[in-house]
Amino acid sequence: MRLSKSRIIASKDFKVFMKKKNILYSIVVLPLMISFLLPGVVAYAGHNNGASGISAAELTVLLPSFTFLYLVIAGVIPSTIASYTIVGEKVEKSLERLLATPTTDDEILLGKGIAAFLPPMASILGGATIFMVLMDLATRGRLGYDFFPNWNAAIVLFVMVPFAVIMSVEWNVVVSSRVSDVRAAQQIGALIVLPLGLIYLTGELDLIPLGNTSNLLIIAGVLLALDLILLYVAKATFRREEILTKWK
Amino acid sequence: MDSVTLNVKEGEVFGFLGPNGAGKTTTVRMLCCLISKTSGEASIAGYDVGKEADALKIRSLIGLVPDNVGLYDDLSAYDNLDFYGKLYDRTEAQRKENIQRFLTMLGLWEKRDVAVGTFSKGMKQKLGIACALVHDPQVLFMDEPTANLDPESAKTVRDFILDLKKEKRTIFLNTHNLDEAQKICDKIAILNTKLMAMGTPEELERSASGRTTVVQLVQVSDAILAALRKLPVKNMVVEGNRLTFDVMDPEKENVAIVDAIYGAGGHVQTVTVVGSTLEEAYLKLVRLDEK
Repeated sequence: MRLSKSRIIASKDFKVFMKKKNILYSIVVLPLMISFLLPGVVAYAGHNNGASGISAAELTVLLPSFTFLYLVIAGVIPSTIASYTIVGEKVEKSLERLLATPTTDDEILLGKGIAAFLPPMASILGGATIFMVLMDLATRGRLGYDFFPNWNAAIVLFVMVPFAVIMSVEWNVVVSSRVSDVRAAQQIGALIVLPLGLIYLTGELDLIPLGNTSNLLIIAGVLLALDLILLYVAKATFRREEILTKWK
Repeated sequence: MDSVTLNVKEGEVFGFLGPNGAGKTTTVRMLCCLISKTSGEASIAGYDVGKEADALKIRSLIGLVPDNVGLYDDLSAYDNLDFYGKLYDRTEAQRKENIQRFLTMLGLWEKRDVAVGTFSKGMKQKLGIACALVHDPQVLFMDEPTANLDPESAKTVRDFILDLKKEKRTIFLNTHNLDEAQKICDKIAILNTKLMAMGTPEELERSASGRTTVVQLVQVSDAILAALRKLPVKNMVVEGNRLTFDVMDPEKENVAIVDAIYGAGGHVQTVTVVGSTLEEAYLKLVRLDEK
């Protein structure tokens, strides 16, 4: 496999994204919203009627689960891009021309994957950095120390989030073969958020303590396993002949 | 697709005619290594179609203009061409030179930085052809390049194909347009899931239903008619002093007809050959197959 071919395809897709405002907004708005909103809520919540706000004990439970919101949006954002890069090309009928070039199926798939992987990752990591700085400013007084960065947040952001983004991209490749409309692809593609949201909920409900590093590594392992299964399915779906003869 | 045997020579413009569903696009996709064949053999420039190892080589040697123009509307004309040039491993200098050359030939150089989404259908189609040429392929597959274009745009595209023909590129042209095939193609194949006929446009016209010779005489006589009935001509019709015959090879048969008329003491005013058109030949073959 020649990475240069994948890079050319990904660069072209980046150029297209820069011209599409709806894609740019979808990449940037959600992580930024969470990054500013949550520290704001933590800073001002519980201050009415003379109360002193959220306690330090509550914060140590709340803050790790907040980090998991980035895992949830790691499922949402790539679906917008991935559905455009594949279904969008299908709708614009540019896929046949691309398939006729001297590139392999895997090179095209990797190029599309890079294009759908890097912008959400950059946006999520950028947003998470802002979130951690603001959250430390908001909670330092009550905790007496900076909660972020910490190893668990690092595992979530640098291991679990990339796995979740990859899973979302692969799922969207599979979905792309069954739909012929970008919106439908985005809607079905976004269903990947359900298992990721479930992880967040189990943390909030304290069913699986997400402050525990071992638990995080186990969840990361499950995500990796799902990635490998979906990679196999996506590769089997993204075949020239399949695309031209069987895709809707 | 079944029973299709054809050979396209280097520098030839080969037309593929056939009704919808005849297998024209499928054939092109097979030859471009986009879909696999279930049986049979095919090769392009010595490389085997269907061999995994040769597929990339074939795709790097050919250019494809698909039936859908398939461009990136948000990118400029230049960026569209540059993207494909990069995928075909052309250097920056080669890409610059080819992009300028083809956009200029197609009258789009001034619009090179404009987003393709604002282009007219004709401009997009021309740009689509340029995309297939940006790596300078020697073999070009074009799937109905003038379909859905207004007459003026269609003519521009046809003229451009004729320019490419002068550059000795091998062109495989799928078309519904018989007039276009007749004007552009050196050889034509008529396809209806299997190969119905193949030859030059003239050969196809002749082979389908032959031609009609019309002879205008000063005066028809019984002696002339008797002399003509001895010839192996078909369907002689007499209308006043005008005679018509169905002939397969007018160059030979008309000489015998005129000789017979003179031999019987007749005088010929005019001899006209009325040919069957490619359209008649095409319709006859396709209808025959449907029966």
